[in-house]
Amino acid sequence: MDPLLSFVRGQMLEVAIAVFCFGVLWRLVGVTLLRHVRSLSPARYGRVRAVVEGSFVAGTRSWPHKAFIRRTGYGEALGYGYHLALFIVILLFAPHITFLKSLIGLSWPALPSSLINIIAVLTLALLIAVLVRRISKPVTRMLSNFDDYFSWLLVTATVVTGLMATAHLGAPYHQLLAWHILSVDALLIWFPFGKLMHAFYIFPSRVINGYTLARKGGAA
Amino acid sequence: MADSDSTQTVGEALRAQGISRRDFLKFCTVTASLMAMPPLAGRAMAKQLASMKRSSVIYVSFQECTGCLESLTRSFSPTVENLIFNVISLDYDDTLMAAAGEAAENAREAAMQKNWGKYVLIVDGAVPTGDGGVYHTAAGKSAEQILAHVAKGAAAVVSIGTCASFGGLPIAAPNPTGAVPVSDLVTDKPVVNISGCPPIPAVVTGTLVHYYTQGRLPDLDSYGRPLAFYGNNIHDRCYRRPFYDKGQFAKTFDDEGARNGWCLWELGCKGPVTYNACATLKWNQGTSFPIQSGHPCLGCAEPGFWDGGSFYAPLATGKWGRAGETRPRDMAFVAGAPAGIGAVVGVGAAGWARMRRKHLEDKPREEED
Repeated sequence: MDPLLSFVRGQMLEVAIAVFCFGVLWRLVGVTLLRHVRSLSPARYGRVRAVVEGSFVAGTRSWPHKAFIRRTGYGEALGYGYHLALFIVILLFAPHITFLKSLIGLSWPALPSSLINIIAVLTLALLIAVLVRRISKPVTRMLSNFDDYFSWLLVTATVVTGLMATAHLGAPYHQLLAWHILSVDALLIWFPFGKLMHAFYIFPSRVINGYTLARKGGAA
Repeated sequence: MADSDSTQTVGEALRAQGISRRDFLKFCTVTASLMAMPPLAGRAMAKQLASMKRSSVIYVSFQECTGCLESLTRSFSPTVENLIFNVISLDYDDTLMAAAGEAAENAREAAMQKNWGKYVLIVDGAVPTGDGGVYHTAAGKSAEQILAHVAKGAAAVVSIGTCASFGGLPIAAPNPTGAVPVSDLVTDKPVVNISGCPPIPAVVTGTLVHYYTQGRLPDLDSYGRPLAFYGNNIHDRCYRRPFYDKGQFAKTFDDEGARNGWCLWELGCKGPVTYNACATLKWNQGTSFPIQSGHPCLGCAEPGFWDGGSFYAPLATGKWGRAGETRPRDMAFVAGAPAGIGAVVGVGAAGWARMRRKHLEDKPREEED
């Protein structure tokens, strides 16, 4: 077997998973145990109800308000679109399920590979549209830093190399597969230390925000 | 074994063996088409091959199991391939020849002297170089010495099988005999690798016929294998490929998927990363090949296939654990230990942040005091 392929699916994948698990737990535990600012306003709800209300608010406010939908709808659609497409490709492609099964021991039915290929192409198109939007709008351009572009690059590289591997484009399959797994390894290593960590932060932070607002009466 | 003193042409020798002109033309046409030669090349090849004097081939064996030679010369039904191989003038093969000991060594020396600079050397097996070469000796000489000696007068060297081409089983970790492939030792002659465990007979004879009729070795891939036979991976030519594309996989060797002939990828098939002609040429005169018989490809034509993890682990899985196959319990260590350390570091980082914050909050008060 190709030495690079052997390395990226052997020792390097092992290191990448170890770094990923270390980094994610470090940041999750570290942030969770930070001292939170004490709320001085009188509590409107009990803790349980505040969590329920907060979760509800976190859900409803993850969608653009109708007053802003004309202004933000395109960006939101792009964001949700590529996230959804990416999740379908990651979780419902047969080889990915096999990989996850080898890690966690669970498996589920796959979608046909040809359908996954179409969704992967759509994912790539949406990723490119997201980048174009980010660069073309002055505000998002000024808000962006290395972290945003590097995270985008790693995700896109993984999608591109995956598509190339399934289509056998440009190089022998074993090389393409090695590049794909190499990009996954790089993604796993970078994941906890960059903005990709939002995958773990986003829902707890929204629920905590919702909970805090609910306790203050702002969730009504 | 061929008689090296014979003045017969290859055509005459084949006719004497009962091979008809039709069979011979068929062989040449198929060989030419397999090697992506122009349509009329088969006829030209037949003409040239039939009229050429038999050329000398010397076959030496080192660390190998004789499976390659067995594959090539299987005798239950003599084929044009193995007759061509023999008739081309196999002057020395220590496994096949009747002579032994000094007589065999003398026969090899005689063939070498007579055909110096013109014979083709076929090597079967890896070459052990560890501990002074004690793991393979013949007539008091190590395999490395024999190879250096025989290769000196060869026009070209053909490494037959994965052991000779890439080290095969002998080079597998921890490689106790210090085995190396032929191409590591023979660097001043053209070397062609015909990998496979064993290689397909038609690929061996096709390469030899190409050399004798074209006067040069065929175009090679990055691993030194004839591109015409190793240019495509098995997955691309596999008749089960449509099932891969549809996401239909056999999960075990006796489930519904296996009975329906679905793709064997989840059973560890290495077809996607293995370059060989198994799916097109097949074995036993085009009867079948491993995948057609219901077994995943092991990837035997690729370098390091013994060290590539479990034969039955799908390519999409990681490659670690005792059997080179990722399993959930291996993950407990690979992921669990770093996660635990990460959690401890997280607690420490949060504690440090709290102390720092408290320090910053207390500082103005101290200054006010």
